[in-house]
Amino acid sequence: MSDAALSVRLALTPQGDAQTLHIDVAFDVPPGVTVLFGPSGAGKSRTLACIAGLVRPERGRVALGDDVWFDAGESREVPIHARRVAYVFQSLALFPHMTAADNVAYGLPRDLPREERRARAVAMLTRMHVAGLADRRPRTFSGGEAQRVALARAFAMKPRVVLLDEPFSALDAGLKTELLRELGVELAALRVPTILVTHQPEDAALLGERVVFLEKGRVSRTAPMSERPFG
Amino acid sequence: MELGPLFLSFEIAAVATVFAALIGVAVAAILANLRFPGRDLIDVVFTAPIVMPPTVLGYYVLVLLGRRSLLGHAFESLTGTSIVFTKVGAVVAAVIGAMPLVVKSVRTALEETDPTLILAARTLGATPLRAFVTIQLPLAYRGIVASLMLAFARSLGDFGVTLMVAGDIPGETQTAALAIYDAIQAHRERDAAFMIAVLTGIVVVLLYIVGKLTARERSP
Repeated sequence: MSDAALSVRLALTPQGDAQTLHIDVAFDVPPGVTVLFGPSGAGKSRTLACIAGLVRPERGRVALGDDVWFDAGESREVPIHARRVAYVFQSLALFPHMTAADNVAYGLPRDLPREERRARAVAMLTRMHVAGLADRRPRTFSGGEAQRVALARAFAMKPRVVLLDEPFSALDAGLKTELLRELGVELAALRVPTILVTHQPEDAALLGERVVFLEKGRVSRTAPMSERPFG
Repeated sequence: MELGPLFLSFEIAAVATVFAALIGVAVAAILANLRFPGRDLIDVVFTAPIVMPPTVLGYYVLVLLGRRSLLGHAFESLTGTSIVFTKVGAVVAAVIGAMPLVVKSVRTALEETDPTLILAARTLGATPLRAFVTIQLPLAYRGIVASLMLAFARSLGDFGVTLMVAGDIPGETQTAALAIYDAIQAHRERDAAFMIAVLTGIVVVLLYIVGKLTARERSP
């Protein structure tokens, strides 16, 4: 655990596709959950992609404390795999040809012995209440089970930053609230800079400590949750 | 009944498939995943043999790998055997025919992998190479197996390039495709019919399996 904040300054112009808009954002993410809130197409997912290194911004700087991940001015770019960012995609992106345990073990240090990797993966699945799925493949999972396995995989890697891209959008309300609460417990234990992308105020209010409002590719407002930004 | 040419064809096709697989999968992986200047040119070079006249291809092989060429000379001084007009030449001819099929279909199979899965692997600490080996390659497995079967079927029947660069030497480079031609020229219809039946049967079975493999791949 560290108290390093994630500093995000980036600009990205659309390439070829007239549907995507120009993004120009600057905000800081201290340890804890910051909600990136905005309507569809506001640039939330692409901002996350830039932070993780999946997309290269044109200008800007992304750093975790003193560790600079991207700096256009210095032509510095840390590759995706070296950033240790847990990224939970909207589609979850579970590997379909691997069991739940192998999915979770994928992000563990590769120098660990096989049994140790397996044990850690199963322990993480147990924490997420899906130990029974360890030897099954994603094709057989329900929506909620897949979410839990995806979260187990994200947390097992001991991330330095957590990025959640509307991971619960496909779930019904009851299950979503339950998962958000469990996620809140895990995130509180981890206490690293975390960004939750959502366009639903209730999700934001349940998990977030701060909100960054994104509109048409720009930050329109930043507010702590204590100020009841959603009214 | 002549079995020699058939066995020779199997031997050459098997070796050619291994080489076409090794080179073809590597080229397909590069074309599917990397963006660099000259990429389209590589694509053209590796797929041109599909439409190029066999005589033209054969000519290039003779120029590039003939006994007086740099490569041909080096190969001969290393192994003691020349490339052209030997079994090695027949393998080269078969590889040239099979390679475009491997490159095309493996590339398609690799490109069909959900890019989010590869990115997810990268965020979990995988280098580009590890993401390729552990995610993209296994998910394209059916397409790769199908392409190798196509490559084997294609290698089994090469005629033009084989004739140009390996000749038609009985017991050495006379494959079934060439032996069928000779048998028909010499009015040995029964010999021809037997080899034709065997080749047809094998190709039909292989294409049937390829169809099954690729159909299930498209509708998981």
